[in-house]
Amino acid sequence: MHSLQRSQSFERLKIQPILRIAALEKRYASGLQALKRVDLEISRGEIFALLGPNGAGKTTLINIVCGIVTPSAGSVTVGGHDIITSYRAARSLIGLVPQELAITPFETVWQTVCFSRGLFGKPADVAFTEKILRDVALWDRRNSKIVTLSGGMKRRVLIAKALVHEPQVLFLDEPTAGVDVELRQDMWQVVRQLRAAGVTIILTTHYIEEAELMADRVAVIDKGEIILVEEKRALMQKMGQKRLTLHLSRPLTAIPPQLAPYQLALNGRDLVYSYDTQAGETRITRLLDDLDAAGIEFKDLETTQSSLEDIFVNLVHKK
Amino acid sequence: MNWRAVTAIYAFEMDRTRRTILQSIVAPVITTSLYFVVFGAAIGMRIQEINGVQYGAFIVPGLVMLTLLTQSVTNASFGIYFPRFTGTIYEVLSAPISPFEILIGYVGAAATKSIILGVIILITAAFFVPLRIAHPVWMVAFLLLTAATFSLLGFIIGIWADGFEQLQFVPLLLITPLTFLGGTFYSIDVLPPAWQTVTLFNPVVYLVSGFRWSFYEISDVHVGVSLAMTAVFLAVCLALLGWIFKTGYRLKT
Repeated sequence: MHSLQRSQSFERLKIQPILRIAALEKRYASGLQALKRVDLEISRGEIFALLGPNGAGKTTLINIVCGIVTPSAGSVTVGGHDIITSYRAARSLIGLVPQELAITPFETVWQTVCFSRGLFGKPADVAFTEKILRDVALWDRRNSKIVTLSGGMKRRVLIAKALVHEPQVLFLDEPTAGVDVELRQDMWQVVRQLRAAGVTIILTTHYIEEAELMADRVAVIDKGEIILVEEKRALMQKMGQKRLTLHLSRPLTAIPPQLAPYQLALNGRDLVYSYDTQAGETRITRLLDDLDAAGIEFKDLETTQSSLEDIFVNLVHKK
Repeated sequence: MNWRAVTAIYAFEMDRTRRTILQSIVAPVITTSLYFVVFGAAIGMRIQEINGVQYGAFIVPGLVMLTLLTQSVTNASFGIYFPRFTGTIYEVLSAPISPFEILIGYVGAAATKSIILGVIILITAAFFVPLRIAHPVWMVAFLLLTAATFSLLGFIIGIWADGFEQLQFVPLLLITPLTFLGGTFYSIDVLPPAWQTVTLFNPVVYLVSGFRWSFYEISDVHVGVSLAMTAVFLAVCLALLGWIFKTGYRLKT
């Protein structure tokens, strides 16, 4: 198992990264430092999830790579092409699905998708454009004006616009924000197909389940800094943390010594037990028995799954 | 050159014109026809010839210029402001396309549209008054140069504007007054000497004068001066746009 992992990581080293970000900084005119010396390498064919709270710098990072925001310092290459000096070659490789539903309202789906293909210098290709529209389930609405579409459909139009010029790197900025479950699943289906075709996918999301479901690697960004880049499996172990909170009937001054092995945290009337759902046993039954033996009574109990936000807060606090 | 991208932007903008034909083409033509009826027919009957040209015919070049200027500015400013307003500008900014190519697409479409309008108005005018074009090549040159220059100005306004109000501000409160005071409906010879001097600070005077010269060989200022002033204005617009694209002003943060 260990050697397999090692050979996999060697495999990755051999391949030149499709996206290389080095010492990237962005300070806005307002003085806000949106990115602080960000270094990141993303391999070809990877699904990479960028996680972080609002205002962490996710969109700034994506917009710099795509040419919408000018970097203050540092360098970015896409497929080996510098985004400033060889912007044509670099941008030709990139598809961007922005967070906002920004599409001109009065064109038809077909027109706006063909426009995107032309904008990226690709000759019109009716068959390919049809395939893309079928993939995102918009073929039936190809002659509808954008203004008549629902939010979810507009989101799909944006995806079609980003895919129609055959990018090798696809950025999905909060692709599932405000999107219903069914569409979300359709969307991940498209993402899987793309990955199978060798497209690198970089997505930002608030939903940890999505990152968990889709991503090969995950990065956490906060206040303009990447504070963690990890294989999904490693993150999953952290995600496995669950907490059992017991609301005590009477406040406790100290945790009795016989309960020490559980490493409980006392928080006023709340006794908190953290355990790993991935572990062989959770020891919950034994803990409850021991509490009973110690004469500690509780009125109520609840369990909570540590969310991305929790992990995130932990990471930030540890720093 | 990414000509496909230029074509895509150009075609997109021209399509917008086609879609809004009532507002884009019919409205300016009706407005201009009203000018002919009021100034050319009703008032023109009481005005004697100016430098040997019937008054109705005299105002034609000025009216074409009026349309050309306002339409170039309006079309180009709206063309680039609307994507900024809706957020769709992200796509143009992230495409493998140079600022110059973006300009050709948007400004080319705006200029084409205003030239089409100018020609329609000329044809309409021919029904009302006897038209004579002494220097067709110069006439076309002035038409193209003016359309391009004011479309560039419109593009700048579209990038500068922070709301629809500002977008309307320049055409309504700057271009229209300057055109009316720029000798569209009169020769500046009729003004008192002091006002003649003031008028020379109005750039539109040079455009109207040069354009009118290409029709009737009469002008308020020498045609060479007209041409030079237009070229200067073109250069200023290009320099300003060079700065905009270099700094990313209002386009990129």
